[in-house]
Amino acid sequence: MKVSLSWLKEHLDTSADAASVADRATRIGLEVEGIEDKAAELSAYKVARVISAETHPNADKLRVCMVDTGTETVQVVCGAPNAHAGMKGVFAPPGTYIPGSKMTLGIAKIRGVESRGMLCSERELELSNEHQGIIELKEDAVVGSPAAAALGLADPVLDVALTPNRGDCTSVYGIARDLAAADLGVLKGGAVAPVSGHFPSPIKTSLEFPAGLESACSMFAGRVIRGIKNGPSPEWLQTRLKAVGLRPISAVVDVTNFVAHDRGRPLHAFDMTKLKGNMRARLAKHGETILALDGKTYTLDEEMTVIADEVAARAIAGVMGGEESGCTEATTDVFLESALFDPVRTARTGRTLGIISDARYRFERGVDPEFVVQGLELATKLVLEFCGGEASEIVVAGGPLGGGRKIAFSTADVKRLGGLSLPQSEIVRILKKLGFSVSGNEHLTVVPPSWRSDVHGPADLVEEVVRIYGLDKVPPEPMKRPHAVAQPVLTPQQRRVSWARRALAARGFDETVHFSFVPRKHALLFGGGDEARQLANPISADLDALRPSVLPALLASAARNQARGLLHALLFEIGAQFESGMPGAQTTVAAGLRAGDPPRHWLKATPPDAFTAKADALAVLDAASRQPIAAPILANAAAWYHPGRAGTLALGPKVIGYFGELHPRIIAAFDLKGPVAGFEIFIDAIPEGKARPTKARGKLEASDLMPLERDFAFVLDAGVSADQVVKAARGAERALIERVDVFDVYEGKGIPEGKKSLAIAVKLQPKERTLTDQEIEAVAQKIVNAVAKATGGTLRS
Amino acid sequence: MTDIEELGAGLTAAIAAAKDERALEELRVSALGKKGSIAELLKTLGSMTPDERKANGPKFNGLRDRVSDAIAARKKALEDVSLDARLQSERVDVTLPVHDAPRGTVHPVSQVKDEMIAIFADLDFKVAEGPDVETDDYNFTKLNIPPEHPARQMHDTFYMKPQADGSVPLLRTHTSPVQVRTMLSVKPPIRIIAPGRTYRCDSDATHSPMFHQVEGLVIDEETHLGHLKWVLEEFLKAFFEVPKVGMRLRPSYFPFTEPSVEVDIQCDRSGGQIKFGEGSDWLEIAGAGMVNPRVLEMCGIDPNAYQGYAFGLGIDRLAMLKYGIPDLRPFFESDLRWLKHFGFSALDIPTLDGGVSR
Repeated sequence: MKVSLSWLKEHLDTSADAASVADRATRIGLEVEGIEDKAAELSAYKVARVISAETHPNADKLRVCMVDTGTETVQVVCGAPNAHAGMKGVFAPPGTYIPGSKMTLGIAKIRGVESRGMLCSERELELSNEHQGIIELKEDAVVGSPAAAALGLADPVLDVALTPNRGDCTSVYGIARDLAAADLGVLKGGAVAPVSGHFPSPIKTSLEFPAGLESACSMFAGRVIRGIKNGPSPEWLQTRLKAVGLRPISAVVDVTNFVAHDRGRPLHAFDMTKLKGNMRARLAKHGETILALDGKTYTLDEEMTVIADEVAARAIAGVMGGEESGCTEATTDVFLESALFDPVRTARTGRTLGIISDARYRFERGVDPEFVVQGLELATKLVLEFCGGEASEIVVAGGPLGGGRKIAFSTADVKRLGGLSLPQSEIVRILKKLGFSVSGNEHLTVVPPSWRSDVHGPADLVEEVVRIYGLDKVPPEPMKRPHAVAQPVLTPQQRRVSWARRALAARGFDETVHFSFVPRKHALLFGGGDEARQLANPISADLDALRPSVLPALLASAARNQARGLLHALLFEIGAQFESGMPGAQTTVAAGLRAGDPPRHWLKATPPDAFTAKADALAVLDAASRQPIAAPILANAAAWYHPGRAGTLALGPKVIGYFGELHPRIIAAFDLKGPVAGFEIFIDAIPEGKARPTKARGKLEASDLMPLERDFAFVLDAGVSADQVVKAARGAERALIERVDVFDVYEGKGIPEGKKSLAIAVKLQPKERTLTDQEIEAVAQKIVNAVAKATGGTLRS
Repeated sequence: MTDIEELGAGLTAAIAAAKDERALEELRVSALGKKGSIAELLKTLGSMTPDERKANGPKFNGLRDRVSDAIAARKKALEDVSLDARLQSERVDVTLPVHDAPRGTVHPVSQVKDEMIAIFADLDFKVAEGPDVETDDYNFTKLNIPPEHPARQMHDTFYMKPQADGSVPLLRTHTSPVQVRTMLSVKPPIRIIAPGRTYRCDSDATHSPMFHQVEGLVIDEETHLGHLKWVLEEFLKAFFEVPKVGMRLRPSYFPFTEPSVEVDIQCDRSGGQIKFGEGSDWLEIAGAGMVNPRVLEMCGIDPNAYQGYAFGLGIDRLAMLKYGIPDLRPFFESDLRWLKHFGFSALDIPTLDGGVSR
């Protein structure tokens, strides 16, 4: 909503300048997003008179003008065909930045003749696209005075960003009313005098809606004005409209635009001769079409309201008029329409058709239901004034809905909700200034004015009082501190996420945050991409599927980095992956990957493989668990991993994570170079662990006796896993065997085909006394037997 | 006598001349070994008279000790030489580079979230969470944004395709549905913050289809606008680590709060760096207000007994302001150079005792 300062002052008696108006408006909730001040922007441009204009000696199409700038006479070379002696134009001296040409003017020689400045076109000043010739100012423009004033642009324009609830401020008058309530000035009387009709309206209005849908249009008023002469509107009106960005069209149309902007009352003027019979508001018929004023044909449906004559729809109600019944310069008889359209329906119609208009802007926020006829009267008065003619009586169908809402209000609510201690008299004063009627003493009864359809209850009234009195005057008040020392607030799950994050960063991974949606083709590779996980309205086809895994985004990012020459990346993200498109069907996963060969180094660095991924996965699991978790490892993983080089961490049927080298097809699909290994740990699946009654640690069992280590090498079938051997050895004598480490794995010469050798170091920790050789020998034998039993392996000789 | 001295002098010279440990060992055997010259000499004591023994014993033993000491000293000297030689041969080029210590990073969004949690935890706010995919009811209707309400236009919403049960879930446009979930499941008093991802179909230089918000909600019997003002001011001071902060509330409109405000923070952007608590610029950083009685009602809380406030802060925006990150979009582009530059060390855990940032 744009408001020029001088227009505002038509309704508000104030000496405030644009900046103070903007400040106060913002403070009461009418946020001024910007002040456009052409006078300041165009301060370098002055009114100048062309003394003479001779043809350029070297160019037929150029003229050499002598120009009186008010301070001196300068020579200017000009290409405009309309440059002539005696005219007044807009002069820019050298050094001026010309916005329309995006250049700073210098002193130049044009075809051998010096030019010291420029006579400007509207396009050069970015006033319009007009570039046929230079601006020709009125004869009364004062040479040497600022050009902005002579152009009628000296008026600063405020751009107010209205919140959707403030239908009452979609007009200059409404904004003035709010500012007056905030004591910025005094609101001038806005009363509209009725214009008496001289004949009955030849066109009647009616409301034709099925029962239950009457609210689509509750009131339809109109009148005919005949015998007018429609031409350009007066200069002052054109200036007003242009200042707020509206294009003057013709007197009748300009009047309707003026009333909409000035009073927030949208109207429509039909050329009566193009209408057939009476006018009605009705729902559109399915498939009904209308050629609108924007030159486009719209197909309507029965959810939309139209204004129609006996033949066809003539306007999309509250949104846009029809081209065929529109007013032109030739129009002599008009039918003026002023109606009340349902905000929701109007908004929906505008959205469905993709039309943004000044009428829609006002109707969808809610117009003043009591101003339907007054708006019509105001428009009539202006049309008669500008175009002559004779007005009919007003015809009205229906009437304003609702109104007169009574709100029981206790002024204590201002303190209770707003934290502001104000005397009742001040509260009542503010409400009355805003147009509310207030009665009662202890318990007030407040009736909102007709233009405040947004005010419904005591909380709304508190808001009115607080915003006008000043939010800055609400004293900050400390909240109670329920615990002397703050209590921990994180849930176990939130702590796990935090631990996992810091552990991964400590391991050298860079944390990333990716969108929760990925291209469907990527989702398909990771078990997703089904219809239920598709967005209905993605921002692009590349972001159309909820991610079934965090890995595809990480892979795509690693590839992007590689494309920039950053070949080795350690990336992770902790976030949601989605199991379906339903609320809550998401799990938190910590996923990471090492991509690409590490930079060459004289000390060899380990390239990403199944074992770096396993170490990463176990590190996350360890960091994210309150107690150590020994999750068995299964030798297979999800389909996106290398089938022979990946594993699953599982507790019973519950999968806690995957790790391993990525499947070569996945690596190829993302166009990654070098080896890629990754992991996914499902944070939600990690058991919470027992909460202990105290924080005390268990007793430390540290033997004074020397531990001893024995090595065993087994020959095993190649398919036997290290895990089986370690488990069997570990279980052979639990009381003594403290740990079992694999220190060699060998296949090849000396070992039969299909077999492998696996060497373990077993650490024995005597607890009570030193072991005898016989006892050690007995344990060794138990280990050999246990491994043999579990795996069929034999001691390597 | 002279025999002994000669023997001694000869051995001493030989010891001093011994070239290596092996030669020295041979000398030791030849002098002190079982059949060595000094051993032989000592054996003669046995056949001497007590007087002779008394006279010669100390001399012979003295000789033995001198030779033994000389051998030890020479041995030490030889060892030193050979160790020096070995050490010289073991010299490495210590300027050769080693593997860098792992230097990963925590994303600014996570870091700032942790900072906010540390501050709000001290104010007794618990951390609540909710799903990214939401129902229309929780994202809009229960927040007093009924279908067709113009406020829905403020939220360009991503919708899912219809689900098996016919429902059309959406991606939450704000973290406010966590308010709804909390009020429906917890009895007042309530003090929560709810950080999380939010989505709007909006994408240009300053908007991203996904961004992060933190929601705040307090419901009890007495909390009013003054408390909201206090909490935001205290939070902002702690977060930006400045002794004072200029804060301005502007009346605004959100269907779920009444009164509604927008919160601006005073700053100085002259000189390329942003400073808080001074200057003439105002930056919008939050939307807030008293929870609309209609919302309380729809969430099963008696608006006559309880009241409170809600606020929403942009996490990405706060990160940009505090840490001078110029653009939003690179947050989600995972350029390693950006991550390394704007990311935080694993050890930068925000605490109130150590300061929320390093």
